[in-house]
Amino acid sequence: MLKQFTNGIFKENPVFIILLGLCPTLAVSTQVVNALGMGVAVIFVLLGSNMFVSLLKDFIPEKVRIPCYIIIIASFVTIVDLAMRAYAPSLSKSLGVFVQLIVVNCIILGRAEAFASKNNLKSSVMDALGMGVGFTLALTLIALIREVVGSGKITLFAIHAIGFNGEINIPYLSDSPIRMIGYPAGALLVVGLLKALFNWFESRNKGAIK
Amino acid sequence: MSYVGIIITFVFINNFIFTQFLGLCPFIGVSRRIDSAVGMGFAVIFVMSFASLATWIIYNLALIPLNLDFLQTITFVLVIATLVQLVEMVIQKMSPVLYKALGIYLPLITTNCAVLGIALIAVRKNYGALESFVAGFAAGVGFLLAILLMSSIRERLDTEWVPKPFRGVPIAFVTAGLMAMAFMAFDMGLLKNLIG
Repeated sequence: MLKQFTNGIFKENPVFIILLGLCPTLAVSTQVVNALGMGVAVIFVLLGSNMFVSLLKDFIPEKVRIPCYIIIIASFVTIVDLAMRAYAPSLSKSLGVFVQLIVVNCIILGRAEAFASKNNLKSSVMDALGMGVGFTLALTLIALIREVVGSGKITLFAIHAIGFNGEINIPYLSDSPIRMIGYPAGALLVVGLLKALFNWFESRNKGAIK
Repeated sequence: MSYVGIIITFVFINNFIFTQFLGLCPFIGVSRRIDSAVGMGFAVIFVMSFASLATWIIYNLALIPLNLDFLQTITFVLVIATLVQLVEMVIQKMSPVLYKALGIYLPLITTNCAVLGIALIAVRKNYGALESFVAGFAAGVGFLLAILLMSSIRERLDTEWVPKPFRGVPIAFVTAGLMAMAFMAFDMGLLKNLIG
């Protein structure tokens, strides 16, 4: 059970290892708070769709399974989208169309087809959690690098009770950040470099086993 | 905004690949060879133009009058999936040559976020029917331009020495990043100078 959970976080990390769901990864990784919000939305949709697909797998005819999965996914995306518009309007605004675009995120359809349609409820839930958390971690890592280097601060949720306005400024870097990393071009560069880093780790580990 | 303005905006300034990150999966996946990149590009132009028109019609003539606009996401995905299937059947019937060239790319387009993206963006910007169609067409042209440039570079990269961890996808991303920097030269100021 735990293996399915950790699988999604490390060995089959959707973003870095199997390169799924790249579009939102790059687009919403401008600020850490956006990355976390997007991650929560994806975890919810993935959990819902994996659960429903796993429960309904014996009732869905083989031939129309993809449209069925898409309807299930789209329903959960609509729920997230409407909930976010109502309860977190500023987050919803900065994520823009990318909340609705979760519906065509290949991670979700991919897990429905490759995992949930063949496994029971319990392992599908664990798989969804693992993949979702793996996605969120990857997304947050990219956002953290981009925000720290690109604008010299980290944006989180504001907690008024302790007087925390939601922004952590990094001394020196916030005076003269490398703005390029915050721009779209920087996102592509950061992902390319991170992927190369992962490849390097992987080949080094393989060499160590031999 | 004028039609020329929409075209310049979506081809250069808000290029879907380099500034909006829509359609990255096929952009990285199908950009290894020039001929397949061109095939994919034209298939995307075709589907995006008609998808943005079809979703405009359904949104404004069915969802809005019936007060069902919360069904936007579900409807749009289904409309696009159906449209892709329809386009595939029509092309197969009308032009087997074109079908042979574009056929394998069409099913892939259903899950291309650029198609759903342009439909949603057109609705958010309150475009008219023809404006939506033009925006879809222009965004498709922008995709073709990006994937054509990328595949030309990647064909050259195949013969060059690349450090081992960078081979394949990472170098493609770094290349795309450098291209995106070049595309930053196209901004709203340029548009103002061009069409006032």
